[in-house]
Amino acid sequence: MTALGPAGDGMRGRPLADPASAMHLNESSLIPGDRETLAAWKIAFFGAIALTLALPLFRPHPFLEILAFVPEGLTATFTVTLASIGLALVLGLLAGLGRIARTTVINRIATVYVEVVRGIPLLVQLFYIYYALGPLLHLNGLLSAIAALSICYGAYLAEIFRAGLQSIPKGQMEAALALGLSRTQALWRVILPQTIRVILPPIGNEFIALLKDSSLVSILAVSDLLRRGREYASTSFDYLEAYTVVALIYLIMTLFFSRLVGLLEERLRTHGRQHH
Amino acid sequence: MADSIIRIRQARKRFGAVEALRGVDLEVARGEVVLVVGPSGSGKSTLLRAVNRLETLSSGEIWVEDTCVTSARADIRRIREEVGMVFQSFNLFPHLTVTENLALAPTLVKGEPTAAVLQRAEALLARVGLSDKAHAYPDQLSGGQQQRVAIARALAMQPKIMLFDEPTSALDPEMIKEVLDVMLDLAREGMTMLVVSHEMGFARAAADRVVFMDEGLVVEAGPPAALFEHPQEERTRRFLDHIL
Repeated sequence: MTALGPAGDGMRGRPLADPASAMHLNESSLIPGDRETLAAWKIAFFGAIALTLALPLFRPHPFLEILAFVPEGLTATFTVTLASIGLALVLGLLAGLGRIARTTVINRIATVYVEVVRGIPLLVQLFYIYYALGPLLHLNGLLSAIAALSICYGAYLAEIFRAGLQSIPKGQMEAALALGLSRTQALWRVILPQTIRVILPPIGNEFIALLKDSSLVSILAVSDLLRRGREYASTSFDYLEAYTVVALIYLIMTLFFSRLVGLLEERLRTHGRQHH
Repeated sequence: MADSIIRIRQARKRFGAVEALRGVDLEVARGEVVLVVGPSGSGKSTLLRAVNRLETLSSGEIWVEDTCVTSARADIRRIREEVGMVFQSFNLFPHLTVTENLALAPTLVKGEPTAAVLQRAEALLARVGLSDKAHAYPDQLSGGQQQRVAIARALAMQPKIMLFDEPTSALDPEMIKEVLDVMLDLAREGMTMLVVSHEMGFARAAADRVVFMDEGLVVEAGPPAALFEHPQEERTRRFLDHIL
């Protein structure tokens, strides 16, 4: 889950003291939850940044060296993350459409894909593509990682697309068909634009999860953030220091993106043109 | 009727164990306004939705002009271009402005030039009294305004027939009149209309014929005054007692 969970989390379990405050909560009940999670987010985010800056100030050795060495892995981390989310979105859209397709064969293929992939741990899928299929596919570590992450997240995104597509009222498709649009035209011009509004926040959350899971590729000799930390630690034996920096960098990135997702969610909530 | 634009013959529709239509015959003449009334579950909405094949019949035939809608080989999209439909829940496209709602199908389906479509959209919005809402989004409109936009959207395709599926049932009472006024205007202009509704005022003012359906069958039909004042069938009488 992201730092900014679904709005309202923060107010759970809080007693509603007087009717006035209960009324206030009722009228704009999302705000207190947001305020609390935002406070927590600020502590975590700015705390992590402060710590990252303070550590090399107080102990230049080894933290300055670690900070000079480890961030080079960001290139690999972002290459893997961005390429994988891009491919996963394409796969997820296709499989999500397949899941609601009326053609049995397509529906079956999409459903089996989602069920199989979601039933196998990501690490096992990584090993499978790199080691088991490696001799066959001749993929290097980076490409294997992107393939495994795309296939895996494609299945998760397929479920998000499916749920999003199914959340659009049936009357929308009917109105489009009644006007003479084909099913394909209705899908692209009427259903999907509405679906995307609904699923942007969950997709953002999947992106953050993928960013974190991209650290698994360090096992395949890809020099990502985690791998760089490991490399530094194994020569200097500063395990605590190296992994602290690695953890802080991941934390800063995920907190940053989760705030973006939160803002997006807020924007869609206040300016969203949702059907009632 | 020689000049029937809609011909329904022995329409049957089964939903699992329920038979929604049990052999309905109905003809609608060109320019005629027909109101279908009946208790809920009588099959009237199913019948209406079968005309543009949003519902496929289990058996029976429906003809629109000289095309058989129920034939598997029918070019259903061509028929839908000629048959406009207005829904109980409006079903405007919430991600598009009012004008975009009107312009989508004519440009996409008929490939008409945008300028001509926009001009027609403007005229239609003026006609339903919503010129000032051209750039609003549906969720910025009241229910009555949304339904008027929905009527204008259907008219933008320049259909020969308009189907109305309980167009005022989802509206607050004070908004019903503005929608009925638009429909009345349309009826006076000679549009062929098949309307599922219990708006008796509209029936008296605009309908050429009222059809009473119950349990998947047409029980009786006739001019509104005759049917309302002198129903022949006991079932019709009981139903009218409830709603009049």
